[in-house]
Amino acid sequence: MALAFSPEADREITDIIGRYPERAAALIPVLFVAQDEFTYLSEEVLELVAERLDLPAAKVLNTATFYTMLRKAPVGKHHVQVCRTLSCYLRGADQLMATAQRKLGIAPGETTGDGRFTLEGVECLAACGTAPIVRINDVYHENVTPASLERLLDALASGKGEPVGGGGGD
Amino acid sequence: MAVQTTNHLLRRGMGKDWRDLATYRAAGGYQAVKKAHQMGPAAVIEEVKQGSVRGRGGAGFPAGIKWGFLPKDSDKPRYLVINADEGEPGTFKDTYFLKEDPHRLIEGCIIACMALNAHACYIYIRGEFAEQIRTTWKAIRDCYAAGILGRSVMGIPFALDIYVHPGAGAYICGEETALLESLEGKPGRPRMKPPFPAVIGAFGSPTIINNVETIAAVPLVIEHGAAWWTALGVDRDGGPRLVGVSGHVERPGLFEVPTGTNLKDVIYELAGGPLGGRAIKAVIPGGSSCKVLRGDEIDVPMTIDGLRAVGSMLGTCGIIVMVEGTCIVRALQRLSHFYAHESCGQCTPCREGTGWLARLVDQLEAGTAKQGDVDTLLDVANEIDGNTICALGEAAAWPVQSYVAKFRDEFQAHIDHHGCPYGDHPTPGGFDVPGLPSVSPHA
Ligand SMILES: Cc1cc2nc3c(=O)[nH]c(=O)nc-3n(C[C@H](O)[C@H](O)[C@H](O)COP(=O)(O)O)c2cc1C
Ligand code: SF4
Ligand code: FES
Repeated sequence: MALAFSPEADREITDIIGRYPERAAALIPVLFVAQDEFTYLSEEVLELVAERLDLPAAKVLNTATFYTMLRKAPVGKHHVQVCRTLSCYLRGADQLMATAQRKLGIAPGETTGDGRFTLEGVECLAACGTAPIVRINDVYHENVTPASLERLLDALASGKGEPVGGGGGD
Repeated sequence: MAVQTTNHLLRRGMGKDWRDLATYRAAGGYQAVKKAHQMGPAAVIEEVKQGSVRGRGGAGFPAGIKWGFLPKDSDKPRYLVINADEGEPGTFKDTYFLKEDPHRLIEGCIIACMALNAHACYIYIRGEFAEQIRTTWKAIRDCYAAGILGRSVMGIPFALDIYVHPGAGAYICGEETALLESLEGKPGRPRMKPPFPAVIGAFGSPTIINNVETIAAVPLVIEHGAAWWTALGVDRDGGPRLVGVSGHVERPGLFEVPTGTNLKDVIYELAGGPLGGRAIKAVIPGGSSCKVLRGDEIDVPMTIDGLRAVGSMLGTCGIIVMVEGTCIVRALQRLSHFYAHESCGQCTPCREGTGWLARLVDQLEAGTAKQGDVDTLLDVANEIDGNTICALGEAAAWPVQSYVAKFRDEFQAHIDHHGCPYGDHPTPGGFDVPGLPSVSPHA
């Protein structure tokens, strides 16, 4: 069956297009809508976006590949992003990364076999005053310690952690 | 000397939820829009000029003067674009407005748009800020519902739309022309200047780009007047500023101080001093792109000129403190990887050079660098500096140049010892360093 946007997503896309004098400007916010809808931007999804915005597929691909938050591959249900930039490093980010690796049994950039966790090192999240920071899906966790991260990951693994949303778009 | 803090911009701890439109208005919010309307565009621009509002995005360009660059004779639409990409490591101030006081920013956008005769404004917020995006959108929608935005502004016959546009995880999009590319749906690759955005900006039209904190200052300047504002700063550098302190201090956080407050006092008095009472080894005064200062160089006023006088920059006022016991090579390694990762790749000196810097610093830190590699590192940094389309090149080169200039012995020691002299504990941030008392930032 051909891929299609849900009626809600389609309405949102129409609303987004109306914000700009040029249709191409809607591309990044619409890619976020597509990512929320289909979890990641497969080739098929990119084609659907190109069609919906009436843009060349190459243009859509060119933009999608430039940005790290636009995902070209599936990620785990819980996307664990450990900030590794200076302020977080100075407050123990490496120990958090080591804790996460040990707990999840994967290296940065990998996803657990059951598809539940993806681990990633990311750059400064602009919350350096409450470093170190771990962002899980779109929620920031501040002043994280190895012990608090362990508790957090345990809670998520047992399904008791707070449900957290997906992409960054509106 | 007791440091004076102010609470004009940073209004935490007053028991108020500033996100709520009624709360914001009850405290006089949106009154400055009416006053600006009575004053008229020319007088508003003049007031902002007189207030010496220097750009808070890092470069410190005077906002009123920038506004004057819009061509008078163009019949194209004009745009105001707000830079809320907040990506400079060590900087966490614009997030305050987006998350806790979005109406202050919106009120500033309205006043600026009326002064610039712009009928559309885009707030470009970094994609990771999901909560900030939601909160700012909510505030905008509340304004539409209250007749503050839309076909008219509070009964003033001026149509204005404000939109949030999400970024998608690229530091380079904080550079103003990369931001415009990104706003237009393209990869965030900086444009050659000229033409400057004031002439050809978003969608080929004249565009003013300002940082969040710059625009959030505007309602205060209009409400209280330029003289009041400049009295909170220094000559030609007006108003208070938001200052973030992170790294090795007892009380990291965000503070508001008059421009000109002493950097050392901010660290010792507001941020509780260095962690564990150690000596301060190094301070980055205004975001990671600034040149580093040694612990004995920080007795300076936080003004654009004051930091320039000691060979660094006021930048974004994002202060990062490192205490004795921190491996300076390891600290630089973090930043060099950051810049290599964030280079957009369109100019060769930056694309190749930032990768080369990161690899050389890796080798230095691991102890596999050769004699002479400290000079090689400097050579590469000097090759980048000044030879690129945008300032990311300099942002990558300046830390290297200054860390080596100030801590050369430590780089050399890594070569001579075939490894890091600090062993497996290159930071004392909460972890044991051999020979040093252990401290915990979380105690
Ligand atoms: C690599 C790079 C990254 C930048 N990142 C930001 C940023 O995240 N936020 C910001 O306001 N300005 C940033 N700037 C500065 C902007 O280009 C521009 O000077 C600023 O938005 C102008 O606003 P202002 O005059 O109000 O400061 C960056 C510049 C460079 C070269
Ligand atoms: S200096 Fe670097 S980031 Fe800037 S345009 Fe050149 S390659 Fe891109
Ligand atoms: S360094 Fe981690 S949030 Fe800034």
